[in-house]
Amino acid sequence: MRLPCPICGERDVREFTYKGHAVALDRPAPNAGDAAWEDYVHLRENPAGETRELWYHGGGCGAWIVVRRNTVTHEVLGAELASEVAE
Amino acid sequence: MRLSQGGLIDRAKPLRFSFDGKGYQGFAGDTLASALLANDVRLVGRSFKYHRPRGILTADSNEPNALMTIRRAVDEPNVRATTQELYEGLEARSQNAWPALGFDLLGMNDLLAPFLGAGFYYKTFMWPKSFWERVYEPFIRRAAGLGALSKAPDRGRYDKAFAHCDLLVIGGGPAGLMAALVAGRAGADVILADEDTRLGGRLLAEREEIDGGPALDWVEEATAELRALPNVRLMTRTTVTGAYDGGTYGALERVSQHLASPAGHAPIETFWRIVARRAILAAGAHERPIAFPNNDRPGVMLASAVRAYVNRWGVAPGKRVAVFGQGADAERTARDLRAAGVELAEVITDRVTGTNGRLGLEEILVPDGDGARGINCDCLAVAGGWNPAVHLTCHMGARPVWRDDLAAFVPAEGAVPGLTPAGACAGAFSTAACLSGGARVAGAILEDLGLSAPKPDLPEAEDGGYTITPIWHVEGKGRAWLDFQNDVTVKDVKQSATEGFRSVEHMKRYTTQGMATDQGKNSNVAALAVLADATGRTIPETGTTTFRPPYTPINIAALGAGALDKGFAPERHLTSHAASVARGAPMIEAGLWYRPSYFPAPGEQTWREACDREVTMVRQAVGVADVSTLGKIDIQGPDAGKFLDFVYTNTFSTLKEGRVRYGLMLREDGHVMDDGTTARLGAQQYLMTTTTAAAGQVMAHLDWVRQALMPGADVQIASVTEHWAQFAVAGPKAGAVLASVLDDWAPGDWPFMSCGAVSVSGVAGRLFRISFSGEQGYEIAVPARFGESLFRLLVAQAEALGGGPYGMEALNVLRIEKGFITHAEIHGRVTAFDIGMGRMVSAKKDCVGKTMSERPGLSGPEREQMVGLKPAGSVKQLTGGAHLFEAGARATAANSQGYVTSVGFSPTLGCFLGQGFLRNGRARHGETVRMVDHVRGVEAMCEVCDPVFYDPEGGRMRG
Amino acid sequence: MAKLIAKSPGAGLLPVRVGSLSLTEEAHDAITCVAPFQGQEKPVSAALKDAIGAALPGVGRVTGKAGARVAWLGLGQVLVLGPPVAPPGAAVTDQSDGWACLTLEGPGSRAVLARLTPLDLRENLFKRGHAARSLLGHMTCLFLRTGVERYEMLVFRSMAATAVHELTHAMQSVAAQRSGA
Repeated sequence: MRLPCPICGERDVREFTYKGHAVALDRPAPNAGDAAWEDYVHLRENPAGETRELWYHGGGCGAWIVVRRNTVTHEVLGAELASEVAE
Repeated sequence: MRLSQGGLIDRAKPLRFSFDGKGYQGFAGDTLASALLANDVRLVGRSFKYHRPRGILTADSNEPNALMTIRRAVDEPNVRATTQELYEGLEARSQNAWPALGFDLLGMNDLLAPFLGAGFYYKTFMWPKSFWERVYEPFIRRAAGLGALSKAPDRGRYDKAFAHCDLLVIGGGPAGLMAALVAGRAGADVILADEDTRLGGRLLAEREEIDGGPALDWVEEATAELRALPNVRLMTRTTVTGAYDGGTYGALERVSQHLASPAGHAPIETFWRIVARRAILAAGAHERPIAFPNNDRPGVMLASAVRAYVNRWGVAPGKRVAVFGQGADAERTARDLRAAGVELAEVITDRVTGTNGRLGLEEILVPDGDGARGINCDCLAVAGGWNPAVHLTCHMGARPVWRDDLAAFVPAEGAVPGLTPAGACAGAFSTAACLSGGARVAGAILEDLGLSAPKPDLPEAEDGGYTITPIWHVEGKGRAWLDFQNDVTVKDVKQSATEGFRSVEHMKRYTTQGMATDQGKNSNVAALAVLADATGRTIPETGTTTFRPPYTPINIAALGAGALDKGFAPERHLTSHAASVARGAPMIEAGLWYRPSYFPAPGEQTWREACDREVTMVRQAVGVADVSTLGKIDIQGPDAGKFLDFVYTNTFSTLKEGRVRYGLMLREDGHVMDDGTTARLGAQQYLMTTTTAAAGQVMAHLDWVRQALMPGADVQIASVTEHWAQFAVAGPKAGAVLASVLDDWAPGDWPFMSCGAVSVSGVAGRLFRISFSGEQGYEIAVPARFGESLFRLLVAQAEALGGGPYGMEALNVLRIEKGFITHAEIHGRVTAFDIGMGRMVSAKKDCVGKTMSERPGLSGPEREQMVGLKPAGSVKQLTGGAHLFEAGARATAANSQGYVTSVGFSPTLGCFLGQGFLRNGRARHGETVRMVDHVRGVEAMCEVCDPVFYDPEGGRMRG
Repeated sequence: MAKLIAKSPGAGLLPVRVGSLSLTEEAHDAITCVAPFQGQEKPVSAALKDAIGAALPGVGRVTGKAGARVAWLGLGQVLVLGPPVAPPGAAVTDQSDGWACLTLEGPGSRAVLARLTPLDLRENLFKRGHAARSLLGHMTCLFLRTGVERYEMLVFRSMAATAVHELTHAMQSVAAQRSGA
């Protein structure tokens, strides 16, 4: 598997570690309530098809990236820097 | 029998070899199989289940029968004689026969065949249950099987390697060569991989013309041209074994198995991971046998193999050869045999209904009126039609597509992204079609890649059509074999259908059809045809089973190449490593680091003696320990304080310059991630310390927070762990040791939790007044180049004052005495509340994990809270991992009230001390609980106490 | 007062020679990590140019010349390999002693690295003056291409022995295969 790091270009998956769905970028406000936090920390979709997920390029430039990927075909559709998505 | 002329062998280079201890001679260019046939050795193995005598069926890696054990540094079993190149002194042994190949006692299995059919394991060995492991399985293992592993560790070298290209061409026959030529000439980076020892594919085995000359001349020219192109890499003896995501392919290169004396450090095999923007599958096609009664007798061979032995190796596989099959393949086989001067018995286009002969073919039977007629022959060439080698196109889940006109499966469109089949594996069987297909597919790919390719002049070649009326199975008396390697017959498949295993996947598992190491390459399609017939369906309705990687078997050693011994994981060495080892310190792993366990003194018999001495030394004089393994992260910028306030539960923006503060870090789910001290070095500069274990995790987390959660913050993070060598100097005499190595320094200027720059014997360093031992303690840091020197100096100074170095064991006891925690305590399931640090979660600000740490259930009396433990009964020992129970309760999981995380013998207090977690533990100080370690068989009564056993006021540390 | 003795990361490990391949240790005056604060790239680049004659490189590039180079290190970070620098407007950390700096040189160097890194090192893609972060075996590594068959690698100092071991192993393998069949 290969992932397109927006900084380094396409790289072997062994340079990356996986965190989970990109929903982790949408941190609720501290007072958003139990349901919002439960959702944020624990609940995840398990989509058959396109999904957005977070990878860390720790064996490379150190960027956190958001990868768009199809879980059915394994096709990697693109990647952006997490910092740019977050802003 | 060796023919008097012909073949791509070097008759000037005879090679001696042996098979089952008997000596033979072959030539350079031979395979073990061709050399055996040249010596009239037809019986080469016994079958898996019935121990039937078997001979060579193929001339390639599909071979199901001729599996042998080759003598090497470590013997290698299950080597296909058809792909093993001959070398001087090669020693081969047959497998699965006892006592000998020609007289195999287990051949009696064949007489038991009526009882050993499909599913016999499941039906026979059902009960009693205990018999399976003790009786049935060992017997079956001995009676049925392939070669045996030597059981010696394989110390041979294997490599792994990476390669990258624009275009990977898989297979070097006419289609692959043509594709590589077109792409290579256009300037693309090309890798051409072929499992054979030389390029050419089927052209090496056929008598054909290209451009009016021998096809081999064209192969030679094409190979020479490719070899001269700097952008083309030819990889022979390299089997592409799997297709994976993102244009990655696995490939096994056999580097040394064909050499009598491999070069010293050369690997046996190299497993390649090839990353290709595009790939062309030019893997060709496999001829298939026909299932007729007793079709497994040595001497029955594929027609394509017969031609290969005659044309490529100058070997007649028999003295009198018959041919069974239709159309062009039967014709060209007969033609080549005649041309080579081999006696042709007859060409049978209708049916062969049986065979006779002991340990080898002597006669075949063909219908004659109402009866049968025998034809004398010692070899039968069977041409059952061709199966395109679709395997790699199925590796990512696609199913092949049935083509009625070919009576075969071809690759599905787009089966593997970026991989396009060309030539025979795409169903184009003539040489001309292969050449044009290779060129066309390569041209289209080049256009896609933005490279321009001139239209190639296609060489002239044979362009015969391919028509087939398949014969899958001939009825008759006797068993007709489908899967030679797993001993599956037509009857087995039919029985499977009769017993209800009608799905192809069920039939496969019930009969083991196609489950041998050749993955049924010779037999799957015929087995499907039989199943389709038995269930009244068409072949496409019946479907196919799944082809998975690897295409051919791979030694595990090759897949795991480089991971043995030191290659398993990097070793991180301290600058003091050599000095510690020189003092006899056993080094223990801490993550990837190696740290001294203890420093044995003369006369000490056990580690405990050394540990007790080192603890006492620190408490009474001074000790030196290398603490460079702790993560050190430099954090700078206008928002550095704000950033730390968000990652730590407590506040760092208010920390004064030149001061150090202990900090606690949570995960977003509210549990503790890590702890450590952070120093403020300047207005906008902090130095964070992480635990050794979590350094990498914390670095990734800080990057995450900065990039994803605080993208606007102006802060920069850099790990400086490796730059600094840092030593703890602890004990009442620590100040004196430091004064002897620091320039212009007085301990009075350095209160507890202060930090700053110092001059260490003229070298710019850093000093931190912190303590993990509970004594007056400092950590002194210098650039790593001076680490070893400073360690030796500190140790010498300490020894002069009655101190010395201390290791991990003493460090652990010292911190347990003081109630300090490590990752044994913050193991991922504890909260700040659990470890008694609930108040460190600041109410005045948000931080990672704060909201979730406030959830119900993460604090309160129902939580298991950290406590100290002391033996309170007759058993004086505590053990880590033991569980805690109420004094009178039974030691069952349901009654568990907590567990022990750390223990150590305290020479200071003269007893074992422990740390653990106990339900509502902080309210239970003084209570006696029962500790039970089911694993070690230890049980002790303990007193629950405060975790701080020693100097609870902290006077020694601050003083 | 005693004097502290300096020891390089490769002391006792290097040089290693296998056939025509060599692995040696590179010495730099200093290794300084420079990470410009927000919006400070231009002034930091100018300050570096002033100080050592080499500007901030782009992603995957190296500027300057022997003795004073600036190599891209990662997201927002460069390493100055040369005299110590302290440009204002950037987080500056001294990492002079944090890296083992290894140079692999000789015919077959690329084949050696192909056994240890998944990086695409093809001639036309990873050229002289290029830098890349990737893995060397299991270790993170900064690769610099500094010649036709010359690569510099910066790995963590504590892993120097493992890096030398892995590289030596690969050098032996490549040398044996080049001399053999």
